[in-house]
Amino acid sequence: MSARQQATSHPDPLMGALRRVVICAGTGCVANGALKVYAAFQERMRERNLPIILELRAEDDNQDKTAITRSGCQGFCQMGPLVTVLPENILYTQVKPGDVDEIIATSLIGNGVVERLLYCEPATGRTCTGTGDIPFYTRQQRFVLGDCGMIDPENLDEYLRHGGYAAAKKAFVELSPEAICTEIAESGLRGRGGGGFPTGRKWEAARRRASAKKYVICNADEGDPGAFMNRSVMEGNPHSVIEGLMIAARAIGADETLVYVRAEYPLAVQRMRRAVRDAVERGILGENVFGSGLNLRCEIMEGAGAFVCGEETAMIASIEGQRGMPRPKPPFPAQSGLWGKPTIINNVETLAHAVRIVREGAARFRELGTAGSPGTKTFALTGHVANTGLIEVPFGTTLREIVHNIGGGVTGTDGSIDPAGFKAVQIGGPSGGCLTEEHLDLAMDFDSLRSVGAMVGSGGLVAMNRDTCMVAVARFFMEFTQRESCGKCVLCREGTRQMLALMDDIIEGRADETTLPLLKELALAVQKGSLCGLGKTAPNPVLSTLRHFAAEYEAHVRDKVCPAGQCKALRQPWINADKCKGCGKCAKKCPVEAISGELKQPHVIDQDKCIKCGACLASCKFGAVEGLPGGQA
Amino acid sequence: MTALAQDAIPQNPARRFEKVCAILEENGNQPQRLIPILQAVQEEYRYLPEDVLTFVATGLEVPPARVFGVATFYSHFALEPKGKYCIRLCDGTACHVKRSLPILEAIYKRLGLSSKRTTTEDMLFTVETVACLGACGLAPVVVINEEVHGQMTPAAAVKMIDEIEEREKVIS
Repeated sequence: MSARQQATSHPDPLMGALRRVVICAGTGCVANGALKVYAAFQERMRERNLPIILELRAEDDNQDKTAITRSGCQGFCQMGPLVTVLPENILYTQVKPGDVDEIIATSLIGNGVVERLLYCEPATGRTCTGTGDIPFYTRQQRFVLGDCGMIDPENLDEYLRHGGYAAAKKAFVELSPEAICTEIAESGLRGRGGGGFPTGRKWEAARRRASAKKYVICNADEGDPGAFMNRSVMEGNPHSVIEGLMIAARAIGADETLVYVRAEYPLAVQRMRRAVRDAVERGILGENVFGSGLNLRCEIMEGAGAFVCGEETAMIASIEGQRGMPRPKPPFPAQSGLWGKPTIINNVETLAHAVRIVREGAARFRELGTAGSPGTKTFALTGHVANTGLIEVPFGTTLREIVHNIGGGVTGTDGSIDPAGFKAVQIGGPSGGCLTEEHLDLAMDFDSLRSVGAMVGSGGLVAMNRDTCMVAVARFFMEFTQRESCGKCVLCREGTRQMLALMDDIIEGRADETTLPLLKELALAVQKGSLCGLGKTAPNPVLSTLRHFAAEYEAHVRDKVCPAGQCKALRQPWINADKCKGCGKCAKKCPVEAISGELKQPHVIDQDKCIKCGACLASCKFGAVEGLPGGQA
Repeated sequence: MTALAQDAIPQNPARRFEKVCAILEENGNQPQRLIPILQAVQEEYRYLPEDVLTFVATGLEVPPARVFGVATFYSHFALEPKGKYCIRLCDGTACHVKRSLPILEAIYKRLGLSSKRTTTEDMLFTVETVACLGACGLAPVVVINEEVHGQMTPAAAVKMIDEIEEREKVIS
């Protein structure tokens, strides 16, 4: 079954309307002007006196009308703004307000297709009419993301119509807490936030604790740079997060839930707040949930910009109004968490999967994925690939499938497809590692990735082409973890700082033969001597690049050369003889007299004397100095 | 301080703390609500003035050190006033590999700022880098106040600053 069929196999996405125009209103498409397109559709349709509706309600008679609705992230961010026309399922990409008239005339009044707005596969040049024949979509299995690109995230009716809150009702009315925990345990669901801890076990531990007060927290503090799966789910299908929280609360016997959202995601915060308000108004949250006699509250809390708060115990400290610093485990939050009460913390995606498991059963969930890691996983595919965006694939999918088939291949620095350009994929963000050519056919799941020194992490996948310097990438992550270290453990606080200094030595040409062994030793010490996941995994990007790209490190250290030509300090300026007029200005400006040459003849730079200060570059009126940043590199 | 900053912060002490009192009350004067309280205060004043932090500590009956500890721990809290336009450049992994740093350099150069001095003298612009804005599909990304601009280049970023300056000149 193709991805989009999966999504549209829900009961009646048209809800009685004649046609439906779905405009993606995820952060990516909005940035590219989706809201202007949305406004243009309304305006132009009204001008033509065509009957439209903006909010689909099942009880209304929508028969002759065209519904103009917004959806959450449809995943194909790079091609935004995206406009889908149903029931024909035509996908228009990069739509501008000026294109709206033509779409209305051709596809809404007529039955045609505006060819020029269709997606064109970069590798083959083939145009694709809709999601049914775009490889980016057909090669995915979208469960968590399925509804995201279809339903209106601010319309509770539509979520209900798509079977929403049926699983929560089942959990509160039909199932006992034990039965829910058993079902989740049988499904083999593992936490999607990074660690991959079995969710069923976590819930069971909290359920067994006798306590009048328990809490469920949804971890939506998606701090991993390069990942935006949770943001998309909250923006595209906020009610699914609430429903997941309800199921978890019922399973452990909690009456208070909280969603800790990253403050960098204003749209997600706004939509989550709206969803909670709507659910309370409709009596889904609040007192006597589904007539069960149980009460349930849900609060949305905004983080304040600290990566470490993604760690369970640090998050609890932050919710309690403290600095977000982790504490030793045990006691685990399931034993003593928020305000000392049993608490479970689950990732957004984990909760969304739990909804489906309760609705369709553990066996159905196990149909996809591998034995040890069942189900699907969302990834944020970014970096140097043709199709960047949000994807969802079963565990066990190979990297080759993701990068070359879904991603459409690796792109060069100029943006065109470079068939031999693949260098590495960074997976798992600052805690993860890199995968190389040799891992392209590895079936990816929690265990196989750990065995090669990487991790699933939250699901950021950054593809890198051959012009990327892996040493610089490792330094980038080192700088990130150094900045984000909360300062509690000495080895994390000081160790990451020293590791960063060593990385700078390598990149700026000051390293010698002692640097790499020292870096390795320090990395292992930081791993051992840190309390929480941040410190324990902080050296991973360095260790993983040292393992797979040792030669690149060697070149920086021994030959003082950056093979990818990215490290500024190791670049060598030279004078392009074709452009040099021999005016001698650069030779006068050079503070170390490294430039020589006859007047009116091309000059040369003596590399032994050159200090790469860039004075020659600044003084040359003819752009003849090359190989320095700011020049023609 | 410019006229603009003065507008945001009433100088009269009674009026100056009126809003903070309301925020404290809304949150039931509960110390565990410290982070939402500081967020609301920052929303109001655009930063966290020192005397306001002390006031909050007194209102919550906690030591000022606790309030300062939290305010300095989280990167979202600013202890210094920010410009009218806050330019945030994403330096997440995706933006980084798609060359976000030359954009930052171009913005710094255009506004005469650096990583040490991040706000222009006329209080018009503040430039910050953030770890990830979650708009990686559009990398590299620049956000000006709440508006997201994707697939940026150094030239396009400088042009946006030019346009804002033009607009501001017309207003004043």
